[in-house]
Amino acid sequence: MATTDSTPEAALPQNDARGIRFEKVVKRFGDNVVLRELDFAVAPGERVTLIGPSGSGKTTILRLLMTLERVDDGVIWLGGDSLSHMERGGRLVPADEKHLRRLRSEIGMVFQQFNLFPNMSVLRNVTEAPVHVLKVPKSEAAERAGELLEMVGLADKADAHPSQLSGGQQQRVAIARALAMRPKVLLLDEVTSALDPELVGEVLDVLRQVAETTDITMLCVTHEMRFARDVSNRVLVFDKGQIVEEGSPEKIFTDPDHPRTQEFLRAVIDQ
Amino acid sequence: MIWDWNFAGKILPDLLKGLRVTVEATLLAYVVALVLGLVWAVLRRSGGLVVGQVVRWIVEFVRSTPLLVQLFFLFYVLPSAGVRFSAFVTGVIGLGLHYSTYTSEVYRAGIDDVPRGQWEASTALNLPRHRVWFGVVLPQAIPRVIPTLGNYLIAMFKDSPLLLAITVPEMLGAAYAVGTHYFRYLEPITIAGVLFVIVSVLASILTRRLERRYGNH
Repeated sequence: MATTDSTPEAALPQNDARGIRFEKVVKRFGDNVVLRELDFAVAPGERVTLIGPSGSGKTTILRLLMTLERVDDGVIWLGGDSLSHMERGGRLVPADEKHLRRLRSEIGMVFQQFNLFPNMSVLRNVTEAPVHVLKVPKSEAAERAGELLEMVGLADKADAHPSQLSGGQQQRVAIARALAMRPKVLLLDEVTSALDPELVGEVLDVLRQVAETTDITMLCVTHEMRFARDVSNRVLVFDKGQIVEEGSPEKIFTDPDHPRTQEFLRAVIDQ
Repeated sequence: MIWDWNFAGKILPDLLKGLRVTVEATLLAYVVALVLGLVWAVLRRSGGLVVGQVVRWIVEFVRSTPLLVQLFFLFYVLPSAGVRFSAFVTGVIGLGLHYSTYTSEVYRAGIDDVPRGQWEASTALNLPRHRVWFGVVLPQAIPRVIPTLGNYLIAMFKDSPLLLAITVPEMLGAAYAVGTHYFRYLEPITIAGVLFVIVSVLASILTRRLERRYGNH
């Protein structure tokens, strides 16, 4: 690279985004079928919001993509690669740990409960994976972490421990931590649900900035309609493990077709 | 029988020598128990199905047989298979191995206490397995169980006279030898008991300190 750009945005991943495709994906927990032959696709760089009543399988979709769960049937594609399976002798067989590790490196996730490492400083939370996974030299990782922390507005908290931060601050660190791995896909699992209402805005602002300044594919499970409206290109409405309706945020939020969507939106707005 | 202070003073150096052996054996065995227990706990959780089951079986077996039987086995049976250690080393291994099955359970409780979200965040960041253990999970699990681990040091100290059975010259053995030599048991056995109490009290003060420091998490 010839020039050094010192704006915070320079710290953000800029790369070819990856698309996602679910092909007849089935996921069961015991007798409970959470996803039944689910088909859907997300284009590279697209921002998709998943909404629907709890238990409708939205979070399971993110957890399958993050390889925290295994599919029971069907295939998940990440770009041209199968995430859930690998090829062996011309056939698709369930992926082993090595295959998962390779593809997982393209996906980042931010959790409802932040899940920062409480035994590490804020800075080390952000540098831990780049140093130990990407083998980035410590000083370089720290420098980039500093830029990311600046982007999320927490440059002065680098030496603090997570327990010293508010929920909103912790979640912003978690976003910086995920971005430090330069993911091509970012999964956001109810990232504002555990926050006090007055702290939601600061997290949404950061995510809005990420959406504006990168081409990362974003999949977002949320009850936060502001975010769905501002950031996403498309909204998928889930019920009982299937998509009952999809469309642009304007369409879904102002003129939904499906009665389940109308019912769900009414329930959310009433809160 | 009347307490003889002169006699007590005369035999004290022998008993202190025994105490030194006791303390050394206990501390070394404690290190063995701490390290081996951690190995058991980690293997049970992440060594795969077969390894996990084998370790579970070993731990159950060792824990449910008496320490004295294990010491006899290590000291009298293993040499016939060509494995020969000094009495002291055998004692350290035996005591440490036995207690590693207890410390392993303590570690396991600490590890189970680490929220699932920590494992999931580690997976999401693609951290290598050794970093998940040494960077994330154990630094959170171990501080919580330090007070409990400290209690096992005291328990091991109190079990150390069993090493007498395999001829380790520890404190009770020294007391017994002195008693046999002078045909007078009151002072040596009493002093041994008092020394045990003193060391135990010191150790429990230390443990209580650890508890104050790490306990309230």
